[in-house]
Amino acid sequence: MKFVFQFCRILLVCLLGELLAHVLPLPVPASVYGMVLLLAALKLGIYRLDQVKEAGSFLTGILPLLFIPAAVGVMDLWAELEAMLLPCLIGVIPVTLLVMGVTGQVTQNVRRMLGKGAKPDG
Amino acid sequence: MAEFLSSSAVWGVVLTIGAFALGTLINRKTGQAWCNPLLLGSIFVILLLSLLNIPYPEYKASASPLSYLLLPATVSLAIPLYEKWELLKNNLAAILAGILAGVLTSLGSITALALLLKLDAAQAATLLPKSVTTAIGMDVAAALGGLPALAGAVIILTGITGNLTAQWLCRALKITDPTAKGVAIGSASHAIGTAKALEMGQVEGAMSSLAVALAGVITAFLTPVFASLLL
Repeated sequence: MKFVFQFCRILLVCLLGELLAHVLPLPVPASVYGMVLLLAALKLGIYRLDQVKEAGSFLTGILPLLFIPAAVGVMDLWAELEAMLLPCLIGVIPVTLLVMGVTGQVTQNVRRMLGKGAKPDG
Repeated sequence: MAEFLSSSAVWGVVLTIGAFALGTLINRKTGQAWCNPLLLGSIFVILLLSLLNIPYPEYKASASPLSYLLLPATVSLAIPLYEKWELLKNNLAAILAGILAGVLTSLGSITALALLLKLDAAQAATLLPKSVTTAIGMDVAAALGGLPALAGAVIILTGITGNLTAQWLCRALKITDPTAKGVAIGSASHAIGTAKALEMGQVEGAMSSLAVALAGVITAFLTPVFASLLL
């Protein structure tokens, strides 16, 4: 039953997340509110880590599997796919490299400014 | 066949797990990032449904127990974030600055791309969350009126691109600091990139998975701002 209760604690947070998504006027998904709420519950000691850990690890472990039913939905999108081919290609390859480069450079330079991390030569 | 499947309560879940298992097996045998289990699994399901002439909505209904778990599973991403809190606290300024710069670069360049190619609001909403974890990205695309399935495909391909180019890019841009490498990989290419970060080292891997969750949350709150520029 321990696993069921852990699952139920996570579901309670999901329910609150859904409530926030319903009440607040922002187009932010319930899952993101739920994530922030679960983090807050753990930080504030409302939940102990061992009260959600096993069920949560199981769920995050199978996440890739859970996306398949939604991803298969592209089979009904052939018409949209043609119009989106070029934007998708540009969005995927150059933008990903740009984002990685900018993030890495900014993180590295801020760390150096604060006297942490590797020296410019090393 | 289609008639039998309509009467069966479990085939969608069995097919999905079977396709994912086959994808995982191929991924392990080849060790190639582009042989991603989620990508291969989705392709196998599409092939089978097309071959047997089963409409997508029927499969979707039968596989709905898996989709049901998506919300609690995404919310559970807070747990690894909580476990890595110390790591974040010790590098807070650098990590947040890096992720914020990355998220703004991603949203800004997709917005520019959307204006340049005259994409409509739904197409732009599909591409905007492309750098974050599939869990958050598909939800964000849906909340903004995009096409979640296509967003999922774009997100997976982004992850594979990041995984394949991370080492080369860090070398070319002289990003040598392990923390910076991890934050860059996680922010740009979520969990699929993180697999590469974990190969590069422990710090890289931990920072990358931390960045995935943070970049996801920041993107979810900033995407509506950029989407509104395109209306």
